[in-house]
Amino acid sequence: MAGNKGAKFLTGLTLGASMLVGAFAGEAKAQDTIKVGILHSLSGTMAISETTLKDVMLMLIEEQNKKGGLLGKKLEAVVVDPASDWPLFAEKARELISVHKVAATFGCWTSVSRKSVLPVFEELNSILFYPVQYEGEESSRNVFYTGAAPNQQAIPAVDYLAKEEGVQRWVLAGTDYVYPRTTNKVLETYLKDKGVAAADIMINYTPFGHSDWQSIVAEIKKFGSAGKKTAVVSTINGDANVPFYKELANQGIKAEDIPVVAFSVGEEELAGIDTAPLVGHLAAWNYFMSVKTPENADFIKKWQTFIKNPKRVTNDPMEAHYIGFNMWVKAVEKAGTIAPDPVIDSLVGVAVPNLTGGMSAMMPNHHITKPVLIGEVQADGQFDTVWSTPGLVVGDEWSDFLPDSKDLISDWRAPMSCGNFNVKTGKCGGKS
Amino acid sequence: MVLRRLLCALALGCALFAPEKSALAQADTASLIQALGEARNYSELEKAVDALAATGDSAAVPALEALSAGALYTQKLGGPVRIGIERGADLVLTDPLTGESAGTEPAGGYERIRVNNRLRRSLRGAIGALTLLSPKPEIRLAAAQAVYKNRDASALETVEEALAKESEPRVRAALELARAAIQLAGEAGDDVKLAALEIIGERGGRESLALLGQVSANASPAVAEAAQIAVQKIQASLRWWSILQNITYGISLGSVLLLAAIGLAITFGVMGVINMAHGEMVMIGAYTTFMVQEVIRTSFPGLFDVSVLIALPLAFLVAGAVGIVIERGVIRFLYGRPLETLLATWGLSLILQQAVRTIFGPTNREVGNPSWMSGAFDIGQISLTYGRLWIIVFALIVFTALMLMLRRTPLGLQMRAVTQNRRMAASMGIRTPWVDAMTFGLGSGVAGLAGVALSQIDNVSPNLGQGYIIDSFMIVIFGGVGNLWGTLVGAFTLGVVNKFLEPYAGAVLGKIFVLVFIILFIQIKPRGLFALKGRAVEQ
Repeated sequence: MAGNKGAKFLTGLTLGASMLVGAFAGEAKAQDTIKVGILHSLSGTMAISETTLKDVMLMLIEEQNKKGGLLGKKLEAVVVDPASDWPLFAEKARELISVHKVAATFGCWTSVSRKSVLPVFEELNSILFYPVQYEGEESSRNVFYTGAAPNQQAIPAVDYLAKEEGVQRWVLAGTDYVYPRTTNKVLETYLKDKGVAAADIMINYTPFGHSDWQSIVAEIKKFGSAGKKTAVVSTINGDANVPFYKELANQGIKAEDIPVVAFSVGEEELAGIDTAPLVGHLAAWNYFMSVKTPENADFIKKWQTFIKNPKRVTNDPMEAHYIGFNMWVKAVEKAGTIAPDPVIDSLVGVAVPNLTGGMSAMMPNHHITKPVLIGEVQADGQFDTVWSTPGLVVGDEWSDFLPDSKDLISDWRAPMSCGNFNVKTGKCGGKS
Repeated sequence: MVLRRLLCALALGCALFAPEKSALAQADTASLIQALGEARNYSELEKAVDALAATGDSAAVPALEALSAGALYTQKLGGPVRIGIERGADLVLTDPLTGESAGTEPAGGYERIRVNNRLRRSLRGAIGALTLLSPKPEIRLAAAQAVYKNRDASALETVEEALAKESEPRVRAALELARAAIQLAGEAGDDVKLAALEIIGERGGRESLALLGQVSANASPAVAEAAQIAVQKIQASLRWWSILQNITYGISLGSVLLLAAIGLAITFGVMGVINMAHGEMVMIGAYTTFMVQEVIRTSFPGLFDVSVLIALPLAFLVAGAVGIVIERGVIRFLYGRPLETLLATWGLSLILQQAVRTIFGPTNREVGNPSWMSGAFDIGQISLTYGRLWIIVFALIVFTALMLMLRRTPLGLQMRAVTQNRRMAASMGIRTPWVDAMTFGLGSGVAGLAGVALSQIDNVSPNLGQGYIIDSFMIVIFGGVGNLWGTLVGAFTLGVVNKFLEPYAGAVLGKIFVLVFIILFIQIKPRGLFALKGRAVEQ
């Protein structure tokens, strides 16, 4: 996250350490395994979210090995720690591809870390699975986006609030970086297109780790007292959520009066808060731990056994890795090789079961189909699904609500093979 | 909590109705309650709730309360609707109408009737309307407030009825307000609306503003004009309140900053050690609170309300001990070499963070608020939380205690002597290394105390300290290095300035402005607000 000056110092330490470990691992085992890179921060500010994803990947790889591995070989996880330092993400990605020769990498959380590794994966032609909801406006041949695009999370959530709760006034509150800013831009255009006046939209940004929410919550209260039903759409990320929700609860903002719908608050984040005063606040995801399907029950059981903690929760990005990993396995089996080009080609069109009872498919734009679920916070820290899309929604990489991108589409199948094809000019190459 | 609400709902239900209801009404209510279980979606459920509310039969209240709390169940294979309390894999069932026990059955055969926010809102109104005539004044008050919030036109008749009987002035006022709100939103005549406007305008505040904002354009000109005037009046008074609110929030933010910085004011301010691991001492204090609460939760649940008080001395000792170890182990070799100290303590801070991450995991830990620190209270139009209020008090107590300790105790005297002139102090027989260790331990211990307070309002995660280190340095330098009063004034000034900037500039720009302001200020007064004077400083 922003201003993480410490990471520089840590870089040296972890770089040295992990290179040592990596070197040993590399020497000891020859080419009789297929290596899978795991690029998640295990230290620094993002460790709070990313460590879990590293663990879930280790679990999935262990499971696959129990089933006999892949193409007759065992899978081997190569874990590196980019320490929440964006430039280090690129270095570590290079190390995974060039030194460890991984077949595919699963990793990144923040958009800025993804942007940092993107050129590396394109240059060295390797595969990255990115498991977190993001702002869209990107499509790369080497990246597979298993998290939600804005149309798979933000827009259905806003529709739900407008329709079911009759919301007319909107507070778009977010942390000050690329994901909230782009999402809010998309939402702002979308709401204005639907006839919401500019005066009925309040946009507020706060720094990473903001902890004093008194005046902002008071401001929201004030904005909500204009006589129209008001809701907060929150793209507040990471650590700042706990004090935000605590302040909401303390100042007595009930979900019945001003509901908050969040895109970055899942079961893991709620684990640090007493949720009794938050009952009824909402979150939009493509998966909730509370979803009742046999696949999900099985996944939760395996996870809690693997992590040796019967209280550990599961969340949406974990499901995204589950889907992404199974897709990759299926594509490798289909291609019969781990070479990047055939695997990239065979990934498109692959469909695997997700944990909510459907089949998610990889689309030609390298995004997947997902159901959209809206859940309300319960007193036990879980979400209760109150609404879901009737079918699966295809991820839309280029938003139709931004002037720069509304004419763009992405299709990585031959003969088009283009991530930003302009349907107006008929050319591959982005903005008109 | 759900359980407690349920029980009181049950008790209320039993107290309210009972024999006088006719058998016919009973049967009607029972079938309507049964309809709750048969609704297929939220709109059908809402209709069922409205039908139940329309009976005016308070016997329905326990069922509605349970529904709102998510404790009303229907059997998967059909059968009567029940109130259920989860106990492991079983449900302890009661009949929603009679309150009689209906045995314990496995939860698998039952399905919870789900509610969403819209339903919770109509439930609030329905329960309010049904309990308006309750014999208990507190319940009547809560009911009147619920009706006021929902302003459901169908409740007007019951409100009138309740008003005719009401003798308690508190409840009467709430009922009048509720009546006015309903009248204003509904289809009443002009005189009624004008009277209602007056009541609401007099109450003032944000909620009234919201109500007045809804007096739509289709109201008659006289009403619209009166509403306009009332709105202006309320807004004028709110303007004053918002200034007061900024000051209050500023003081509250200042007290948090003061707590975070005051330990640094000793280690950096008095001893001159650039201690980058200061934030981690705060974090250690917060994790000590977490540990204390864990032990209390598992072994002595009755002590939960005093958990924070128990954590205070422990956090002081733990963080202080870690501080002494750091001083003896690392810092004493680096006195007089500020750059090396900076790097070494920075490294230490990373080691401490990663150690905590390894021991406790990277995710947030839940530290609960004791009951006397949760909730909020209103002074006029400002709502301040009890947690924040106690932190202001606590910050001032810590400051006073530290001041007394430096001025009135032998250790304080020795500390000041050593910092002013180390060699002379040594030749007077003071063990300067020991005093150094104690001073550093004291500063770290105070940071630990801050951690206990911050655990109440912030995340308890390994990154907790990082968020405060820059602010802490800023305050100590702004206030004047080596002067505790400077830290006090500096913290409150920056807190208030920040809160005045935030509404205009936003939180991000606000922070930048504060930083620029401090840089400019340091250009004019390099030694901060309260500079130390005298020969000792020149060394």
